[in-house]
Amino acid sequence: MISYLWERIKRPIDPALFCFILVIFALSAGLLYSASNRDLDRVTDKVVFMGISLGVLWFVANIQQRTLMQLALPAYVGGVILLIAVEFFGITSHGATRWLNIGITRIQPSEIMRIALPLMVAWFFNQYQNSLNWRHFLIATLIILVPVALILKQPDLGTSLLVASSGFYILFFAGLSWRILAVMAVAIAIGAYTVTHWDLCINILHEYQCRRIATMLNPMEDPLGAGYHIIQGTIAIGSGGLLGKGWLAGTQTHLDFIPERTTDFIFAVYGEEFGLVGNIVLLIIYLAVIFRGLMIANNASTLFGRLLAGAISMNFFTYALVNMGMVTGMLPVVGVPLPLISYGGTSMVSILAGFGILMSIQRDRPLMKG
Amino acid sequence: MNKKVVLNQKGERFAFQIRLIVAVLFILTMFGVLLGRFVWLQVAEHNRYLTLAEQNRISLVPIPPSRGIIRDRNGVVLAHNFSAYTLEITPSKVADLEDTIARLKGVVDITQKDRRRFKKLQDETKDFETLPIRTRLSDEEVARFASQSYLFPGVELKARLFRHYPMGEVGSHLTGYIGRINDRDIKDLEEKGIYANYRGTDYIGKLGIESSYEEQLHGKTGFEKVEIDSGGRAVRTLSRTPPKSGQDLTLSIDIRLQEMVEKQFGNRRGALVAIDPRTGGILALVSKPGFDPNLFVDGIDPVSWNELNTSIDKPLLNRAIRGEYPPGSTYKPFIALGALEYKLPIVNQTISDPGYFMYGGHRFNDSKKGGYGSMSFDRSIALSSDTYFYQLAVQMGIDKIAGFMSTMDFGNKTGVDLPGERPGILPSPEWKKQRFKNPAQKKWFSGETVSIGIGQGYNSFTPMQMAHATATLANRGVAFKPHAVATLTDPSTGKMTLVEPKPNKTMDWKPENIERIIRGMEGVMTIGTGANVFRGAEYVSAGKTGTAQVYSLKGAKYNANAIKERLRDHSWFIAFAPSDKPTIALAVIVENGGFGAQAAAPIARKVLDFYLLGKMPADPIDKTASGASAIAPAGDVVRD
Repeated sequence: MISYLWERIKRPIDPALFCFILVIFALSAGLLYSASNRDLDRVTDKVVFMGISLGVLWFVANIQQRTLMQLALPAYVGGVILLIAVEFFGITSHGATRWLNIGITRIQPSEIMRIALPLMVAWFFNQYQNSLNWRHFLIATLIILVPVALILKQPDLGTSLLVASSGFYILFFAGLSWRILAVMAVAIAIGAYTVTHWDLCINILHEYQCRRIATMLNPMEDPLGAGYHIIQGTIAIGSGGLLGKGWLAGTQTHLDFIPERTTDFIFAVYGEEFGLVGNIVLLIIYLAVIFRGLMIANNASTLFGRLLAGAISMNFFTYALVNMGMVTGMLPVVGVPLPLISYGGTSMVSILAGFGILMSIQRDRPLMKG
Repeated sequence: MNKKVVLNQKGERFAFQIRLIVAVLFILTMFGVLLGRFVWLQVAEHNRYLTLAEQNRISLVPIPPSRGIIRDRNGVVLAHNFSAYTLEITPSKVADLEDTIARLKGVVDITQKDRRRFKKLQDETKDFETLPIRTRLSDEEVARFASQSYLFPGVELKARLFRHYPMGEVGSHLTGYIGRINDRDIKDLEEKGIYANYRGTDYIGKLGIESSYEEQLHGKTGFEKVEIDSGGRAVRTLSRTPPKSGQDLTLSIDIRLQEMVEKQFGNRRGALVAIDPRTGGILALVSKPGFDPNLFVDGIDPVSWNELNTSIDKPLLNRAIRGEYPPGSTYKPFIALGALEYKLPIVNQTISDPGYFMYGGHRFNDSKKGGYGSMSFDRSIALSSDTYFYQLAVQMGIDKIAGFMSTMDFGNKTGVDLPGERPGILPSPEWKKQRFKNPAQKKWFSGETVSIGIGQGYNSFTPMQMAHATATLANRGVAFKPHAVATLTDPSTGKMTLVEPKPNKTMDWKPENIERIIRGMEGVMTIGTGANVFRGAEYVSAGKTGTAQVYSLKGAKYNANAIKERLRDHSWFIAFAPSDKPTIALAVIVENGGFGAQAAAPIARKVLDFYLLGKMPADPIDKTASGASAIAPAGDVVRD
């Protein structure tokens, strides 16, 4: 009886991925304890969230791929409708309208799109898998652009870029022509050049966004404002050195210099206390998660599974890259959490739901290879 | 794009695997870049950051800049700063607030007003902010508190810069005032992305020039890098980036003129705007009654606030730019100019004026009983013939009237550099369609056009709009955006920036038409409704009286004394001089002042005398000119 139950529980779980997640969770709890100045209540909160997220992971991992495919269209359409609803009935805070009040709590529909969009695009390509041509890529692009435009309008540049990139990864894995990829690379290079030059930037972005980018290039321009995060983040990480100052011993962090040090800037705490060696370890753990995800993509039995698993893994990579790039002053400060480590429940639940999908895809792979 | 159809699973698999390899390479490259950054920060630059972090635990302490000074055109200071000590309490650091304040009373003088103000600030802010309980302590009080400060944890003595308005009530609507930054200001600053520049600053411009030139007046916050110990206390200063003071403003206002006009108003309500038509520079901007901006500087106490806010006289309302009044007959010269521009037949006709005008079965009365018998275009302005303008309006039609008047910013904000300007109402069939919900009211009735001709009906404009239009006419159709600030000066470099008087619009009016209107307006001052008030003037001026109905008595004989004071007509006057090369144009309204010539024109006369001849009136309110008996030129009963 007990062994049956155990079988039932562990059946959908991918052991490798699951182990990596647990390692990151352990790291995260320890780090939060330090970042919050030994606030056990917050660590407890976080552990509760980890439990809930693992429950979500297990639940999603049990869903059959067939069911996931059936969910794709309704999830996407529902998400777009909610985004449109935000446009009309949304709650505005700090100049952005991103939330919907649904009585018990407020939800942010752009978060739903992080999963719903890759699901939809992967399903769409799967429908036409033996006859893919440029028209399908065009339609897929439109499917991506609709929610991205809606999120951009809120305005939420950070999230819209992340949602756009999750769609892009599917296009890439589905075989978007190399020529177009080359054109996009050039366009991105030109775009990067443009936004890093104030006169050009001001024509296309909000002034505060341009100021943020200008500050990133020269944080001392605005040391009390936007530059503050970057200066304090780099000081903390740089002062960590090779081995770090040790757990609970980061001075920058504990003297309240780092803003948002339990959320988006938690990596500054990590870098200060664990140094370069710790950073390399974290990069390796993240790489392990990403590579395991890409392996699942490679093994998947359907095009849907391959595309979706590829995109979910690449999404995880993007989050990690953007957060660490922003804390170390290489990318502008956009509100992206360090995946699975930053304090905050929503992003953890959505990331683990993604991993649940990965595990579902892994379980459905063909028994016979080749 | 990829037109190739993938036929078999194997080929597709292979293509996918190539993509996977590319993705892996991309991931490794990007993580490589990150790793490079880590190595750079944590190995190459480690010592630098370690110095910054470990040995010198650096904190950035903001140093607020000193706020720019506001002066009038002659250098008279209207707003400046002085340093004084304040006693401040941080509520969250105090165990028993009531007890602390009660004990403080034994050391320094704390009035009931101080208590109320403190209570109000406490309601508006968070508990961990420090709030002033007493401002401007005397030296003796400072010494007394300093010796006993150990008894008062959570109470600090701070040297602060205070804003002071030496002119008090004079020009208060113009300069405005600063007040403590509240939550809404913080939200605005955050949205503009400039909140960081307000670290360490407690005050922000709330009204008038203090608000509209906030960015220039505020300056740039400096900061001090200080080393702090593990308890967070500052140990020593490492470097200092000085704050950049805000820019000083020089206004185009002549505060002596402003003060004189405010005295002329006495206790009456109203507004005056005087503009140099050659530049758009505002010479005086009066709104009566006013208030003392100094009340707001340390946070106003609730009793004074309620008094100002609930007063029937609305002292906080800037009537010059927010008061909307029907223009009455001061509207006539502008409509007349439109009639000339549109070449209406009536401008060359002499009409018969029986003292009323019949239209659609309605009788529209003239203010002159019995009428003038016959009336020509040129005399109609001087004598303010209503009958003539009723007919003119009907001939012109509402669309042409609205179209022509809108070019002079009637019904639009003039764009003056003061916050909160209102657009007024320029009625037209479109406006009515949007304004009313009820379908029956949406329609424009041709009868409504008739009263538009004499500036009544839905017409509603601010004194600023009237002054602006008058200045545009005086300047022969070259319009300047009205502005109160003439130059900005950087106090550290002495660099001056001119608020440039570029003409922002040139009307395509025919010069001979303009001159014909101006001749008519000169007639007002010599043979017309303003003749009595302007008798003996040493300059040639042009003007127009106006009376705006507040309450219309249907059919009854007008008797100002019988009507409650607040229901009496508003008295209007617009003027400019010298009429061939005007250097000043103005609009003045006296609420419930009666006929235009009665209350408003005498004020205009004093402004022109002062500005053109340097004459300062001896008696604040000239009894002879404002007396009702003096208004009627021989034999005529002229209302307007």
